[in-house]
Amino acid sequence: MKATRAPSHEDRRVWLVIGGIALISLLLIPLSQALFGLRFTYTVRVVALGGAILGFISGALGCFAVLRGESLLGDALSHAALPGVAIAFLLAGRELSALLIGAGIASWLSLRFVAALLATTRIKRDTALGIVLASFFAAGIALLAYIQSIPDASQAGLDHFIFGQAAAIIESDVRLASGAGLVVLCMLALFWKEFKLVTFDAEFAGANGFRTGLINTLLSTLIVVTIVLGLQLAGVILMVGMLIAPGIAARQWTNKLEQMVILAAVFGAFTGGAGAVISALDSDIPTGPMIIVVAFILVLLSLALAPGRGILWRQLRMRANRRVFAALNTRRDLYRYALAHGAADSPVPDDFIRGVGDRSAELGLRQLQAESQATLGEAGWQLSESGIELARRDRRNQRLWALYRRYAHELSLPSVTEDREAEIASLLPADAVAKLEAKLAERADA
Amino acid sequence: MDNRNILALSVDDLTVAYDEKPAIWDIDLDVPEGALMAIVGPNGAGKSSLIKAVLNLIPRAAGTVSFYGEPYEAARSLVGYVPQRGSVDWDFPTSVLDVVTMGLYGKLGWFRRPGKAERALALGALEQVGLIDFADRQISQLSGGQQQRAFLARALVQDAQIYFMDEPFAAVDAVTENAIVSILRQLNQRGKTVLVVHHDLQTVAEYFNWVTLLNVEIIASGPTAETFTLENLRKTYGGRVSSLHGGQLLAAGAP
Repeated sequence: MKATRAPSHEDRRVWLVIGGIALISLLLIPLSQALFGLRFTYTVRVVALGGAILGFISGALGCFAVLRGESLLGDALSHAALPGVAIAFLLAGRELSALLIGAGIASWLSLRFVAALLATTRIKRDTALGIVLASFFAAGIALLAYIQSIPDASQAGLDHFIFGQAAAIIESDVRLASGAGLVVLCMLALFWKEFKLVTFDAEFAGANGFRTGLINTLLSTLIVVTIVLGLQLAGVILMVGMLIAPGIAARQWTNKLEQMVILAAVFGAFTGGAGAVISALDSDIPTGPMIIVVAFILVLLSLALAPGRGILWRQLRMRANRRVFAALNTRRDLYRYALAHGAADSPVPDDFIRGVGDRSAELGLRQLQAESQATLGEAGWQLSESGIELARRDRRNQRLWALYRRYAHELSLPSVTEDREAEIASLLPADAVAKLEAKLAERADA
Repeated sequence: MDNRNILALSVDDLTVAYDEKPAIWDIDLDVPEGALMAIVGPNGAGKSSLIKAVLNLIPRAAGTVSFYGEPYEAARSLVGYVPQRGSVDWDFPTSVLDVVTMGLYGKLGWFRRPGKAERALALGALEQVGLIDFADRQISQLSGGQQQRAFLARALVQDAQIYFMDEPFAAVDAVTENAIVSILRQLNQRGKTVLVVHHDLQTVAEYFNWVTLLNVEIIASGPTAETFTLENLRKTYGGRVSSLHGGQLLAAGAP
């Protein structure tokens, strides 16, 4: 019953969404200027650009976290970065590249720590993640409290790493993020085939000679770098949202990995840029929560509306199916009654057919009427010529299926999965159908 | 079966242990080239572990394995693999054709992307397993049997000498079962060696010319006619095997 999907049509739709979101992202600053009277300052431009670039990178890489079922790992890795930030500050002072390197080291260590816990103890995965997340984050908070007790002005703003603060982003930060992000994206492109294979079927990859351990570590490391870059914007607590939300939304719109990654990157750029601009309107609004609110609006819209997978879409399809089956059943009832009362076009009393089919009869009758398979006259419902033809063919199909179940072995017919709503001739070869038809004729004679 | 003297696979003293308990113990196994071999045994007998340990997918506690006399690292291109269908996420965003093309990734090596030639090979394999009309479908739209055939097509494009298949017949429809059997026979006729983890004792004699009975240790291994006996089955399944009329065999607990 499933129709083959025209891939080009679906592809066009995905590219349309990608283009649309990209366009909106580009128009973000002029739009917010027009709508909210936001002043198109240099600072806002830098913040929006930084947000969009970081969102782009985390959207792309986050797809792999989503597909590997590692969202919670992403959460643990970002929380674990906090003590790294604090220690780097104590050692090197408030220098962003140093802070990010510290964050990266801590986050990467937590990754190895989770792996070591899983390899050497019987602790389950979610528990190991919980331990690492809580302990690293607690250490980070404690270190921040200690730093704040030091009488030194330069510690100001370190707690922005908890919830993120876009307003603190300056041009050199954007340049750093773009450079590192470009490297991450190049690696993604370079190892595309390997990442895809290991994510889908690591066992098969291993049996094909790929060093899956190495590929996994590389992919995880890229995710760590992505998380670390995004920390200043989204903060350690909510970074996971910026990582996974674009991927979740993108998955709803496409069934192709490359499209999913590009779409997620564009979604990420939009949410990162929009969140940063909104929080720049008022420096009291932390950026992380704003980005995540925007991102999850996109997720909700995608879950609800995306064709094929969306909730709305599935509801519509379910209703359409219900109509089709109601019509089929009602037509069978009409036909059976009519034949029992003379001819196929004998009228069937309205309250009889409604009494038989209950509420589905109502639906079925309406559908049959809409398709001119049946009409309501003085004496009741009457099947039209096309309705009779369809009912006759359906009955014959049902009989052939019944014979198939009974005689398939005896007549040595090929075995297929019975699908009584499908034409038997579409599932069985012609000679097999011919045998069944001969059987049907034979039984009609007897 | 002309080349019985050439060993496609040779396993010596192979042991695999999860925690303290061995999954497979001291396995010695020689498989001649051209064998179409079923690996049978009760649940927990270590059938999948044996395959995975041979392919270096899980760590070995002891033992050596060679393919045509070479260690795995040197013989990798000779080996094809069909994992259990349930081992992957079938909602992964990719098409049937794409999955089959993955069978060529190993030959492509690092960095290189599949192109037209790879696409043609993959389409050819899909034709062989009767899934050509499904090439552009998303993989979640396949039935269980069709998924199994897609995995089989992916192994076919590997163009290997020795194939390992982990329960390809598990919960498949009759069309798929027939398709798999005919492909096993074709592979066999082309002189390939095939090892299949199998559950259905009734079809062993019909489908396979070689059989290994496994229950942590190897109970027996050899040509089906000599090896697949009631006595050996009793040793493997611990007396839970009864003989049915017509010489058919039934193991209690086997699906």
